[in-house]
Amino acid sequence: MSLFGDALSWITDGAHWGGPTGIDHRIVQHLLVTFAAVALAALLALPLGVLIGHTGRGRLVVVALAGAVRAVPTLGLLTLLGLALGIGIEAPLLALVALAFPSLLAGAYAGVEAADRGAVDAARAVGMSEWQLVTRVEIPLGADVILGGIRAATLQVVATATLAAYISDTGLGRYLFSGLKSRQYDEMLAGALLVAGLALVLDLALATLQRASRPTTGKVPS
Amino acid sequence: MTWLNANRDYVLDMLLQHVRLAVPAVVVSVLIAIVLGRIAWRWPRAGTVVLGTASLLYSVPALPLLIVIPVLLGISLRSGLTLVVALAVYGTALLAGTAADAFRSVDARVREAAEAMGYSRTGLFWKVDLPLAVPVLLSGIRVVTVSTVSLVTIGALVGIPSLGNLLTDGFQRDIRAEIVTGVVGTMLLAIALDVLLVGLGHLATPWRATLPKAAAR
Repeated sequence: MSLFGDALSWITDGAHWGGPTGIDHRIVQHLLVTFAAVALAALLALPLGVLIGHTGRGRLVVVALAGAVRAVPTLGLLTLLGLALGIGIEAPLLALVALAFPSLLAGAYAGVEAADRGAVDAARAVGMSEWQLVTRVEIPLGADVILGGIRAATLQVVATATLAAYISDTGLGRYLFSGLKSRQYDEMLAGALLVAGLALVLDLALATLQRASRPTTGKVPS
Repeated sequence: MTWLNANRDYVLDMLLQHVRLAVPAVVVSVLIAIVLGRIAWRWPRAGTVVLGTASLLYSVPALPLLIVIPVLLGISLRSGLTLVVALAVYGTALLAGTAADAFRSVDARVREAAEAMGYSRTGLFWKVDLPLAVPVLLSGIRVVTVSTVSLVTIGALVGIPSLGNLLTDGFQRDIRAEIVTGVVGTMLLAIALDVLLVGLGHLATPWRATLPKAAAR
């Protein structure tokens, strides 16, 4: 157990804070890569998912895609892109975008599709255009599920951003790999604890956001 | 293909190591998840705690988990056991909720009928609840199997051999064919195990083949 003590004193050691390799800098870097990857993926996946959910076309493609991506080892995607694009942030970012894509797509499509058909029909009957139908009925009603997809994608990306340090000098994973290389267990464990802590905090924050998006006027009958 | 031909023994050896790590992890997580799911189904209040803890564990990233587990259990970082434990934790976290759902999916009237016919509690579990929970359970096991097979590759980063070695070695030595072999091999293994599971599922639920589709649930 003293190893955990060592790791904690490694984290609290002032020498490991500040500067370009400091913990604070690495946390910001890790979060920036995570958000950039999720945002880029969302830009593509959310509109596409909403379109699929609204029209009901291409569902089988989504299901097959989600299954196929789960089977691809992320490390393989990362190393292949690393060889193709060279050392740098581009390869890990691209791999993370690919990783976030299916969760976002599935969330958007399932959310829109799960919107109460009665409400959608009523909205159509009162004369809403298709655009209004999507933006004022289906998306608000599906917000919970859509946010669930964003949460799942963010969690996957923040975890996998650790691997990004294998092919580039980015994020908290760097401590893990440099600790592994030099057999410094305190540094390695400190990196592990920092990533785990960051993932838990992010998950809790997104869970709160998701809860806040639910209708406050009591339970909606399902 | 030339790379694969020249390194066939190495690839087969790594494939075998991969299976040795993935299969025990899946089996252990299925067994633990069934127990936890049963508890969550039987005592919903305890279940909330169990399933909440499981989802919390699931949000711990894989690579850090691989480094924390040896410290907690006092085993070597490079031991295969580390990876099996880590993957079993993930698998259980993912499956426990599905197992609870699976037991909930069993028709209450069927259970009552079995009780009326004099099944004991253990008999009810082994001969009614568990077999009827198989379809839902299987859908979860298939997801866990595919993601476990893919996650085994991470072990290569800390020195636990598997098809993941092809990914790290190929990257370090700049051999694309090696990485591609590793990726394709991992995916093929996942597909093979998935097909095997579907087959086992058919064997475990023979009544589904004879019933009309709508009733086969």
